[in-house]
Amino acid sequence: MKRSLLALLAVAIFGLVKLPFEAGLTKEFSKAHFYSGQLNLDLRKSIGQAAFIAAFSGFRSAVADGLWIRAHIAWEHTQWGVMKEYFDATTALQPRALLFWEGASWHMAYNASVAAMENRQQPREALRIKARNEYYKIGEEYLLRGIAYNEDRALLYDRLGLLYADKMKDHCKASWAYFEAAARPDAMAYVHRLAVYELARCPGHDAQAYKMLVDLFHKGKQERLPTLLKLIDQLQIKLDIPPTERIDIQADLREATPR
Amino acid sequence: MSALTITPHKSFSPARVTAIASNTFLELVRLKVFYFLLLFALAGIGASLLLVSFTFQEQFQVIKDVCLGAMSIFTWLLAVLPTAMLLPKDVEDRTLYTILAKPVPRFEYLLGKLLGVLALLFIATILMSGLFCIVLYVYEQQALSYTVRSMQALPADQIEAALRDVRNSAFNINLVPGIILIYLKAAFCASLTLLISTFSSSWIFTVIVSAVIYFIGNIQWIAREAWENQVVNPSLIATLFLSAVSIFFPDLHIFTIVDDVVAGNAVPLIPFLKASALGICYTSFYLAVAYLMFAWKEL
Repeated sequence: MKRSLLALLAVAIFGLVKLPFEAGLTKEFSKAHFYSGQLNLDLRKSIGQAAFIAAFSGFRSAVADGLWIRAHIAWEHTQWGVMKEYFDATTALQPRALLFWEGASWHMAYNASVAAMENRQQPREALRIKARNEYYKIGEEYLLRGIAYNEDRALLYDRLGLLYADKMKDHCKASWAYFEAAARPDAMAYVHRLAVYELARCPGHDAQAYKMLVDLFHKGKQERLPTLLKLIDQLQIKLDIPPTERIDIQADLREATPR
Repeated sequence: MSALTITPHKSFSPARVTAIASNTFLELVRLKVFYFLLLFALAGIGASLLLVSFTFQEQFQVIKDVCLGAMSIFTWLLAVLPTAMLLPKDVEDRTLYTILAKPVPRFEYLLGKLLGVLALLFIATILMSGLFCIVLYVYEQQALSYTVRSMQALPADQIEAALRDVRNSAFNINLVPGIILIYLKAAFCASLTLLISTFSSSWIFTVIVSAVIYFIGNIQWIAREAWENQVVNPSLIATLFLSAVSIFFPDLHIFTIVDDVVAGNAVPLIPFLKASALGICYTSFYLAVAYLMFAWKEL
């Protein structure tokens, strides 16, 4: 009995000593973006008791993968609502996995939106367009939520830029997203270029965009791509740049255009 | 007539500890515990076969998650089950009495037993990591050759960027600290199980208590944070409960960093070293308490 009490006392003293150390260490890891999974009651409802316990027992990512595979199966059966539920659970479990945010957004904004537009059961085009735009919004939301967890990485900003430019036709927002991507340490080589292109298409930013396009032009031959040259040409006319200050793009354009 | 040389008895002898540890290790190996590697290989290869219709990034992510999850489960099982049986088996075989009848201090006996289990865990972790790397390497090579084949018409710099992407998605050096922490977590679980087995009446009780502590240890951080961040006046019972869980249970959540490493997080050096030190402290502390319980135990 005496021994047991002594052991219990030792565990309690050790527990009190280790407590601030554990709390500090958790904070340090959290600062480095660890332990960001959201394990709450909403998640328990959507993934079930067993998976929830597994996630709590240190198998969070394996559970997330299982749900991702189930979302993939739902995709094969074009069950968009079911997919969204799985995507919500997967991204809640593994918010640092860019693949899940990117995939969820892509399925909603690109696959589900096309399916909504081609839905022959809905004869009214206006309603089909409305459904399509809603799926764009869901795709955008996934990327924005993903960015909130992954502020330090470029990929989701890049995909957001693509979504704004390609689907939502909002070039100003696309330019902002690409510039944000370009400011990240793991930025892809092309994102700054795309940010400038989108700025050139954004109303009210012609002069600023022209200056940036010219800067890109002077960076060297590798930047003189057809889109850049055409945008310079368009803005030179639009901004009424004096002929002596204009850049002659014709030779570069001939060289850059594939025959 | 040759003179009889008597070596004085040492209160602590590394040679005696090594003898007990190597015996324990051999005993465990004879129990054919390494057959679990077949299951591990099946988990790794099986997971990848499920994923033929996925992109290579998805394949790599699932393979890594499944293999590291399996590694975590197997090391925990290897830490808890053999350790829970060590003392009861020695008592049953009467080996314990034979050893302790000799001038072997009880601390050396416990330390030797634990080191035997840790050696087994170490070899198992190395073997599983090796298998894991082989599975990843095979899939990396497949993804690389597929990328080269499908991008033949594109410029060299684009092919190089795509190949870099594949390589970055496969093995990542940050996985190494993640695997080290899996090992340390298992080592700590072994030490804790040894402590429980010093006072438990059966090995089943030891395994159950150890499993319960493992589960609570994984959610201890929730109790700790709730206890630390109480904003409204909580009831006395709630405060006592939260503080007891925070103080008496270890935080195993700290050692589970592989999930985020697979998701692309870089492991910061200082927190990693601190977590490793914490793992070693836990293991040593529970061994010391196990000795406290075992030292005066009537056998």
